[in-house]
Amino acid sequence: MSHQVELEERFQARIDAEQKIEPKDWMPDAYRKTLVRQISQHAHSEIVGMLPEGNWITRAPSLRRKVALLAKVQDEAGHGLYLYAAAETLGVSRDELYDELHTGKAKYSSIFNYPTLSWADIGAVGWLVDGAAIMNQVPLCKCSFGPYARAMVRVCKEESFHQRQGFEIMMTLSHGSPAQKQMAQDALNRWWWPSLMMFGPNDDASPHSAQSMKWKIKRYSNDDLRQKFVDVMVEQAEVLELTIPDPDIKWNEERGHYDFGEINWEEFHNIIRGNGPCNKERLAARKDAWDQGLWVREAATAYAAKRKKKAS
Amino acid sequence: MNSEFPLWEVFIRSHGGLNHKHVGSLHAADADMALENARDVYTRRQEGVSIWVVPSEAITASDPEDSDPFFEPAKDKIYRHPTFYKVPDNVKHM
Ligand SMILES: [Fe+2]
Ligand SMILES: [Fe+2]
Repeated sequence: MSHQVELEERFQARIDAEQKIEPKDWMPDAYRKTLVRQISQHAHSEIVGMLPEGNWITRAPSLRRKVALLAKVQDEAGHGLYLYAAAETLGVSRDELYDELHTGKAKYSSIFNYPTLSWADIGAVGWLVDGAAIMNQVPLCKCSFGPYARAMVRVCKEESFHQRQGFEIMMTLSHGSPAQKQMAQDALNRWWWPSLMMFGPNDDASPHSAQSMKWKIKRYSNDDLRQKFVDVMVEQAEVLELTIPDPDIKWNEERGHYDFGEINWEEFHNIIRGNGPCNKERLAARKDAWDQGLWVREAATAYAAKRKKKAS
Repeated sequence: MNSEFPLWEVFIRSHGGLNHKHVGSLHAADADMALENARDVYTRRQEGVSIWVVPSEAITASDPEDSDPFFEPAKDKIYRHPTFYKVPDNVKHM
């Protein structure tokens, strides 16, 4: 048996025994690559995800809503930082990761390329988008790679308020005036399908899933998580007295799940290719923030150098 | 272009009386900024009463490749544990 095969078998045995893999441990190159890609995409999603919501901070309808939204957006910045730090333990630099985002080489979640048109969208984003993110992230707390799993534990602890504040906004609007209820319904109509796409392609169109499951990076398939999301959301939408924009939603006694309609994958792939309603705007905003922060980073470095010199 | 700030490891004491525990890392230009950044990133919900930041490059770690021989010396020393010693059942408070 070659040395490489032996290492790989020992690695897989550790994974099968539910042991955590730490950064300095031996790991197959493909495992490392998969994790760098997944963790950095996740980090980029947290950072870009601040943009659609940041858009409404100054226009929140009350101080209560404003402090909540501000705290949520701050949390998302924190999530991005935990995740970048986890990715860096695998030997990539922060500069490389930022560069990949800013040049469009790296992907982030397609959901953030939709616009937030009304205040109700902030409710829908918290309820649906953070709801879907939680569904995806809870199993990641048990991911085989230690730093990613630990970052996810922190993230999940913080996410639950995000979804609840979104639900509260939806509840207030849907039980308000007819115009407010219409606003909430309209937001649900626009965010429902993109939220379902957050779980990724169908299982038969997701070629890398099996390997990720074997490595215990992933614990549930895309379709399983999506189904779980639909089952939960159908019941929450009833409490909101809003209608999910899918005529095919129906309880299936035999499966013990809700059936739902076909996702428009054409739209999904189009956004992934960079042609969504806000792709250009998001990337431009992110790059602007980075470029305009350059003088701050330079000043901080100069200040640190000056203090060091004085102290010596 | 390498514009990165140095990397710092962050340790937090969650309550008085407990030890500091590693929680993650961050980039900052100097120790003071690392502390403030650690406060904002890792203690937004009162998760700590004290923070240490340590330059990552100052940490020396044991090598996982050698962990078997490295930790070997303690393996066969069961006499370091109380259960190694026989005491009659009627002896109390020991
Ligand atoms: Fe998040
Ligand atoms: Fe969130």
